Amino acid sequence: MSEAVEPLPAETGPVRIDVTPLLRIVVPVVLLVGWWAGTALHPGGLIPAPSEVGVALWDLAFGGINDDAFSRMLLPDLIASASRVYGAFVLAAAVALPLGMLIGRLRLVREMLEPTLQVLRPVPVTAWLPLSMIMFGIGPKSAFFLVALGSFFPILLNTIFAVRSVEPRLFEAAQMLGVSPARLFPKVVLPASLPGIFTGLRLGLGLAWVVIVVGEMTGVQTGLGAMIMDARQLSRTEIVIAGMAVIGVAGFLSDYAVLMLGRKLLAWSPRHG
Amino acid sequence: MTPPILSAINAGKVYPGGIEALRNANLTIAPGEFVCLIGASGCGKSTLLRMIAGFETVTSGQIVVRGKEVTGPGPDRGMVFQDYGLFPWLTIRKNIAFGPIARGKPKAEAMAIADRFVSMMGLDRFADSYPHQLSGGMKQRVAIGRVLANDARMALMDEPFGALDAMTRERLQEELLTIWRATGLSVVFVTHSLEEAIYLADRVVVMSPGPGRIVAEERITLERPRDVSSPEFNDIRRHLAALLHADHATEAA
Repeated sequence: MSEAVEPLPAETGPVRIDVTPLLRIVVPVVLLVGWWAGTALHPGGLIPAPSEVGVALWDLAFGGINDDAFSRMLLPDLIASASRVYGAFVLAAAVALPLGMLIGRLRLVREMLEPTLQVLRPVPVTAWLPLSMIMFGIGPKSAFFLVALGSFFPILLNTIFAVRSVEPRLFEAAQMLGVSPARLFPKVVLPASLPGIFTGLRLGLGLAWVVIVVGEMTGVQTGLGAMIMDARQLSRTEIVIAGMAVIGVAGFLSDYAVLMLGRKLLAWSPRHG
Repeated sequence: MTPPILSAINAGKVYPGGIEALRNANLTIAPGEFVCLIGASGCGKSTLLRMIAGFETVTSGQIVVRGKEVTGPGPDRGMVFQDYGLFPWLTIRKNIAFGPIARGKPKAEAMAIADRFVSMMGLDRFADSYPHQLSGGMKQRVAIGRVLANDARMALMDEPFGALDAMTRERLQEELLTIWRATGLSVVFVTHSLEEAIYLADRVVVMSPGPGRIVAEERITLERPRDVSSPEFNDIRRHLAALLHADHATEAA
């Protein structure tokens, strides 16, 4: 049994301080200081100081400072955007997952659909904006469509790749153990491709957050994207930046939650566990 | 004499494109027999094994296992691959239970069977680990265990210990012989190591390339456990090496 892999012994000896958290905040702190210094050196410039953005953020969240159209709108806007992001993501996944599995495993479907999809793929979501507003009208439906489109392709392509790159040896192993060809899909293809599919879902959700601002340029009244567009027209740059920061943090937290979920569900995979 | 568990009758394999991997292979294996196939690369030993497993079609002649012609893979012929072929998403226990579950055994029964073979293969400590957490030797124990747990009549082993270090290989050879004696399993074992073949087998089948074919068979009657440094062992090794080499010589000529 000595050949078995033993877990590494815990480090002993002098107490060591974990510097990882410190490493992680170095860059944000440097950026923040640089930003502050830049605005301090150019008073009256177009870019607001970090403190102004902080105040804007407070007012967006709790009000009591400006008490204008933006005050206390952070939570409703965040909820509106998040529901579009997750709704569109679920819609995209519901189409992309089965489609990707069919394209990956069935030659006929692959030959039929892949060229079309490969041509559609490079078209950026922003280019779809006018057409989307014609097809779905001005408002939330258009936003939903654009966000779904943005997260569709990463899910689709990763699913295709995942189900196509199942190790052939595993099919042989399953068959010699008594799995019939028809049962290979649920018994082998699906579990074996979960890590790849998961990567696609993670990228897709990330892209949904990226695309939400474009999606909410379609004339919707609520949402972080709409908030940023309104602020831009009013030259309220501190609110634009506050909105950017909120999207960044929301996207990060959303990705972190998915990552943790993946670690739990895919503990068997060296890439995730 | 009991009917053979396996007979290959003039079995041949020509791949599309005309490459002849195996020509007129005739081989009979008795129940409980341990047969090693040996030869240089390209001699068709793996092709023959994969045809017995049902992974490769037979393009001429036929292969009959327990009275039925082989048309595809089946659980009566368990395969042990050099690269293990374990399911990375299943724990060791569930890897071993995979076969019984695939064949429709109730889950509780399949798990009980798995537990028995986990213990038999000395894997208790790793029952709930995943394959990527195990060493090569441990993985190959799992691969052997899942074939045994699936009531296979034959174990088809394709250079199963080829990727392991010498110490682990020797220990697994020993364990394999113990299991083989205890279960009465028939074993077809492909190797390119003469020593391994003579150490393990009741019978060594020598194959040679261009096209792949069987050139000689040698029954090994040495008492087990065999001493690889004994003069008798070395006589056999010299004799078989000459057979392998004779062929290389004609090839070179």
